[in-house]
Amino acid sequence: MSDPQTALGGQTASGLVELSEATPRGMISLRGDLNDATLKSSVEKLTGTEFPGIGQVSAGQQSAACWMSPDELMIFVSHQERYEALTALRDTLTNQHVLIEDMSDARAIICLKGDLCRDVLGKLTPADLRASILPPGRLRRTRLGQVPAAFWFRDETKAEVLCFRSVAKYVFDLLEMASSGPPLR
Amino acid sequence: MLTLTCPYCGIKSDETELSPGGQAHLVRPDVESDDEAFESYLFLRPNPKGVHFERWRHSSGCGKWFHAARCTMTLEVFGTYSAQTSEPPEHIIATLDERRPNWRQVPE
Amino acid sequence: MSARLDAIGHRIDRSKPLYFSFNGKRLKGYEGDTLASALLANDQMLVGRSFKYHRPRGIVTSGPEEPNALFNLGEGGTFEPNARATTVRLSEGLAVRSQNHWPSLEFDVGAINARLSRFLPAGFYYKMFIHPRPFWKHIYEPFIRQSAGLGKAPVDRDADRYEHAYAHTDVLVVGGGIAGLHAARLAASAGADVMLVEQSNDLGGRSIVDLASLDGNAPGDWVAETARALTSMPNVTVKTATVASGIYDHGYVLAEETLPASNGPRHRLLRVRTKSAIVATGAIERPLSFAGNDLPGVMLASAVRDYLLDYGVSVGDRTVIVANNDDAYRTALALIDAGLSVPAIIDARSDGAGSLGDEARARGIRIETGSAIAKVKGTKRVESVSICHQAGEGAVIDDISCDCVAMSGGWSPAVHLWSHCGGKLLWNDGAVAFEPGPSRPPTGANGTQNVFAAGLSVASPADCLTSAHDAALAACKALNIDPSSVSAPSVEAETTQPTSAVWTMPHGAGPDLREKMWLDFQNDVKVSDVQLAAQEGFESVEHVKRYTTLGMATDQGKLSNINGLAILSKELDKPIPDVGTTTFRPPYQPLTMGSIGGEARAHLFQPIRHTPLHGWHDENGVMWEPVGHWRRPYAFLQNAETVEEAVAREVRTVRSSVGLLDASTLGKLIVKGPDAGKFLDLIYTNMMSTLKVGRCRYGLMCSENGFLMDDGVVARLAEDTFLCHTTSGGADRIHAHLEEWLQTEWWDLKAWVLNATEQYAQIAVVGPKARKVLEALGGLDVSREALPFMGWVEGSLAGLPVRIFRISFSGELSYEIAVPANLGHALWSRLMDAGQAHGISPYGTEALHIMRAEKGFIMIGDETDGTVTPQDLGLHWAISKKKEDFIGKRGQMRSHMMAEDRWRLVGLETVDGSVLPDGAYATGAGQTENGQRKMIGRVTSTYLSPTLERGIAMGLVEHGPERMGEILEFPKIGGESVRAKIVDPVFYDPEGKRQDV
Repeated sequence: MSDPQTALGGQTASGLVELSEATPRGMISLRGDLNDATLKSSVEKLTGTEFPGIGQVSAGQQSAACWMSPDELMIFVSHQERYEALTALRDTLTNQHVLIEDMSDARAIICLKGDLCRDVLGKLTPADLRASILPPGRLRRTRLGQVPAAFWFRDETKAEVLCFRSVAKYVFDLLEMASSGPPLR
Repeated sequence: MLTLTCPYCGIKSDETELSPGGQAHLVRPDVESDDEAFESYLFLRPNPKGVHFERWRHSSGCGKWFHAARCTMTLEVFGTYSAQTSEPPEHIIATLDERRPNWRQVPE
Repeated sequence: MSARLDAIGHRIDRSKPLYFSFNGKRLKGYEGDTLASALLANDQMLVGRSFKYHRPRGIVTSGPEEPNALFNLGEGGTFEPNARATTVRLSEGLAVRSQNHWPSLEFDVGAINARLSRFLPAGFYYKMFIHPRPFWKHIYEPFIRQSAGLGKAPVDRDADRYEHAYAHTDVLVVGGGIAGLHAARLAASAGADVMLVEQSNDLGGRSIVDLASLDGNAPGDWVAETARALTSMPNVTVKTATVASGIYDHGYVLAEETLPASNGPRHRLLRVRTKSAIVATGAIERPLSFAGNDLPGVMLASAVRDYLLDYGVSVGDRTVIVANNDDAYRTALALIDAGLSVPAIIDARSDGAGSLGDEARARGIRIETGSAIAKVKGTKRVESVSICHQAGEGAVIDDISCDCVAMSGGWSPAVHLWSHCGGKLLWNDGAVAFEPGPSRPPTGANGTQNVFAAGLSVASPADCLTSAHDAALAACKALNIDPSSVSAPSVEAETTQPTSAVWTMPHGAGPDLREKMWLDFQNDVKVSDVQLAAQEGFESVEHVKRYTTLGMATDQGKLSNINGLAILSKELDKPIPDVGTTTFRPPYQPLTMGSIGGEARAHLFQPIRHTPLHGWHDENGVMWEPVGHWRRPYAFLQNAETVEEAVAREVRTVRSSVGLLDASTLGKLIVKGPDAGKFLDLIYTNMMSTLKVGRCRYGLMCSENGFLMDDGVVARLAEDTFLCHTTSGGADRIHAHLEEWLQTEWWDLKAWVLNATEQYAQIAVVGPKARKVLEALGGLDVSREALPFMGWVEGSLAGLPVRIFRISFSGELSYEIAVPANLGHALWSRLMDAGQAHGISPYGTEALHIMRAEKGFIMIGDETDGTVTPQDLGLHWAISKKKEDFIGKRGQMRSHMMAEDRWRLVGLETVDGSVLPDGAYATGAGQTENGQRKMIGRVTSTYLSPTLERGIAMGLVEHGPERMGEILEFPKIGGESVRAKIVDPVFYDPEGKRQDV
C-alpha cells in the first residue's frame, strides 16, 4: 500500500507558537448510547483509559476517547491499528444500535506548541479559553474563523486542533496568521 | 449577539456557533390535514413581542438541536431545554410564571 | 498664534522629535503628540472647511468628539480618509492632507456658499432640487456629489493587516480615568477577571490636568500606582489606545485596539463577552452658542487646557474664557500659570463661580458675570470678541482683543455605551445634563442589570469616585462575589456654583445673531436651522436630526446633541426630557473597515475547500471553478488549448475512450440502524427500504413545501446501513436536514447519521474503456456480471481498499471509486498510468455538465431553484405512491403545486444549431396584467454539445411536454430572438445502452 498523503503533508510554521500537522492518526467515530455499560467497557478496554465525561478527552499513551456529543465519541488509536480497533469495537458491540466508522482520513490535526497557544486560538474562536473554563483535557467544539473545528489542551503548552480535511489549509493559514501577530496581553 | 447554553453539552455558546431554527413546538399535520392547517404549519408564525419558544442547533458544537425560551424584547433567556419534547418542560414554565407572570397573554 | 511653550507638556518627549508633513509642508512634533497638538504647535489653526458652507474650520476639541480636524492620512496602500487629528498619534513621516476644499485649504471656491447661507437653510436641498424631476439625476445629483463629502475613498488596496481577538471576562471597565481605574481595582481585588480599556494612550483621564491631588499626592502618582497594581494582577488586562465602540446583547462589547507600529496588524478588533460592563467614559464638554462660535481659535475650554498642560502648546497668547460653569476657570488659571494672558472670563451666570472664581480673582483676572459674547470677530482666525449682557439682546458693551476663545457650555456625560443596549436616560435639571436612569438599566441574558455607570454624571470628582465605587460593588454583587475593601482615593473639596442652562448667547439673541451660532460645526447646522425646522412642523427630535443633519456623520451627537435639542425644546415649548434625545447607536467612534474584516481577506477571505486531489490538479493545467466553498476543476488545459477546446476534447475523450473525474466533493452520509430504511423512506420521495444490499438507487429529497432540494444515489451497504450521496454543495446542508428531522420530529426512530464526505476521495472512471482501466489495476472482478449497472462492490483495487459504485452521470460505462482520502492521490495516479494506453484524460465539471445535459439528467441548482417540484421535471417515477408519508408529500398536494399550467421540463433545440443564452425566457402571445410581454418558459441549462456538434438546452415551459415539436421564441439582449424547438430532453443514447454494458 502507498504512503498515506495527509491533508497538509506535515506542514509546519513558527511564530507565537510552533505549528505542525500531526502524523497520521487512527480516528474512529462511534455513535451509540454512551450510558451503556458494554459500550463503555469496550471503549475503555480499547483506549486503556477511563470513559470520558461530558466534554472530556480521556487520553492514554497511544489512544484517547473524546466526548463529541451525548451520543458520539471520537476514538484516537495509532494509525497502524485503526482497522483492528474498528473490528474489535464492531465485534463487541455487534448486537447494539451503534455506528462505528473509520474517519481517520476525514480530519486533519494541527498541533500547537508554546506558551501562547491560548493567545493564538483566542484570535480565531469565540470560545471562552480561560483556563478555568477550558482546562487541559477538555474538548471544545466551536469554530475557528469561518469553519467548525475542535481543540483541546494536552497541557498548558500543547494544544491540538481538529478540523475537516478539506479546510485544513485554511485553518493552518489562519493559525499561522494569528501566530504571526503580537500576543493578546 | 446572543449567548445560549446548550442543554446537551453545557457549553455557553456564542450566537455565531449556533444556527437558528425558528419557532418551537410546531405540530406537523398529517397528510390528510386540510389546506388551512398545512398552510399555518408551513408559513404562519405569531412573531410575539415577549416570551418566545424557539429552536436552535448547536451547529459548531455538539450538533444537537435544542429549544430556548426567550424574551424577544429584552432578550432575557428563561432557559434552554431538550428538543425532544412537544411542549415547554415544567421548570421552564415555573421560571416564566415567576419572572413573567402574564407570559401566556401574548399581545396580538 | 498657537505655539509650543518650553517646560510644560507631560505627554511629550522633547528628546524625540518627529517630522511629518501637512499639505506637503514639513513640520516638527514630538513623540507623544497627537496630530492635533503637533499642528497647533506649528500654528496650523486652519484645518479644514465645513461641509456645506465651506467655512474655515479650526480644531475645537482634544478628543474623539472633534468635528473639524479630519484628515486624509498616508498615501497609496496606507491612505486613510477622515482620520481625527485629536486621536491620531503622531508618527515619523506621517503624511497629512486636509480635505473638503477646492482648490486649496486657504482659498476655497465653495466658500461662496457661506455668502449664500441665508438661501441655504435647513432642508434646502430637499426643497430646491426636487423640481424639475429629471434634473435630479442628470444635473443636481452629479454636482452635489462632486461638492459633497469629506475625505475621499481610498483607491489602493489597504497595505496594513488587521486581526480580531475574542476575550471573555467577568467585568469590562470602559474608561481609564480615575473612576474606571478605581472600579477596576476594586473588582479585580475581589477576584473578578477584569479588562479595562482606555481610548487614549494614557491612563488617568482628566485627573492629571484638573485635580490638585489624589490621596494627598500628585494625581499622576496615584494613577501610576493604580495602573501598576492592576497590570501586576494575573486576572487583569489593561488596554490603552482601545476604543469601546458598542455594547450589544448579552454583554457583547466591541473595542478597537490600535497596535504599536510594527510588521503585525495595525488594528485589532476585540470581541469581548463580559458578564458586567462598567461604563466610566466621563463627560464631553459642550460648546456655547454665540455668533461666530465656529471661527478658528474658538475652542472648548478643556481642550485649551489639555493642549497647554499635556503637550505644552498654547492655542493663543490672549485667551478669553466664556462659560456657564466653574470648570472653565481652570483653563484661565492654567494659562495664567503658564505666563499667558487671559483678558477676561465671561461668565453667563450672575453669581459667577465658587472657589475657582476666588482664585481667578486673586490672580487679577477680569471676570464679567452675567455676561455673554455677542459676536466673535475675525475672518480666518479670532481677532476679538464683543461682549454684552447675557440677559439682553446683544447690545455690545465692550470689545476685547484676543486670538483664542475658550468656551464651556457645561459637560454632557458620555452616556453612549450605557444607551446602546437599552439603558434609559434621565434629565437632571441641576446638572443640566442627561444622566443614566438607575431604574431602567441595560439588562443581560438573565434579565438583570449588566451595565453599570461609574461617574456618568456632572458631579465633583469625589462624587464621581463614589459612583465608581458603587458601580464596582454592584458588579461584584451581580457576579456573586464578595467585594474587596479597596477604598476610593480622597480628593480635595472645592466649593462650586451650579452650571446654568445657557442655550444661546445672549439669551434674547435676534435672527442675525442666531444665524451665526453653530450647533454642529461639521454639518453646518445653526441655531436658526433647528428653529426653522421646528417652525416647519418637525417636532420629533429624530426628524429634526435628519432634516437638518444635526449630529450626523462622525459627530453622532457627541458635541451637538444637547445644545440642539435644548433649542428645539425651547422652540416647541416643551421641557427637554419631553423632547428626548436621538438614539445613541454604535459605533461610539467609527471603526476602520479593516478592523471589521479582521484576518478575513486575501487567501483567508473565505475558506477554500480542497479535495484530496487538489494538489494534482494544480500541477496539471487545472482551471478552477468555485462550487460552494470547494474548488473543482472546470477543465484541464493542455498545451495552447482554449477552455472551449479543452472542454470539447474532454467530452470526446470520455465518449470515445475513458476519462477521470474527481468526484470527491459528493456528499456521503452514512445512515445506520434498525429504522434506517423507514427513516430514508420519509426523507426521500421514493422507496429506499426496498433497496437490496449491494444495489444503488437514485433518490430525490424535497423540502416540506414539496420542492426538490437535493438528489443523489443511495447504496445499501448492509441490511441496516445505507450510504446516501448528496450533491457537491449539499453535504453539510443535507446532513443537517437529516439530523434535524431525526432529532426534532422522529426521535423515536433508531437511526444514526454520520457525515463521511471527507473520509473518502471519490474518483469516477468513465467511458467505454473504463472497465479495461480497472482490469489493468487488478484485484477486483468488475465485469458486468460481477458488478452490474447500479450495483456496488467492496474490495482491493491495485492494493488499495476501495468501494466501487456502478453509477453513471454521463450515460457511459462508469465506475465511481471511493478510497480513503489519504490514498486518493495514489489511486488517481495508478488510474492515470493504467489509462495511458487508452488516451485517458482527466475531465472537469464543464464536461460533466455537458454530458449530463446530453443525457437529459437534471442538475440541482440549474433545473431547480427552490420553486421546482420533481413532477415539474418529469420525475414522477421517483415519487412513491405507496408511501403514507414523506417530506414534501402533503406540500405537493396543495392546489398550486398540482396546477396544470406549471412550467415543466423539456429539451430545446435551436433551429439554427446555435447555443441558447443561459436563462433566456420564451415569450408567448399577449401581455401580463402589468402590460409586460407574457413569458411561457425559460432556459435552465444550455451547452454546445461536442458530441452532437450543436447547441442543446433544457428548459421549463408552460405545458411543455404536451407541446413537442413546437417552436418558441427566445429574445436575446439587444432585441434579436433565437428560435428553438421543443424536443425530448434526452439528446443522446435515449435507450441507455451505453451505461449498461
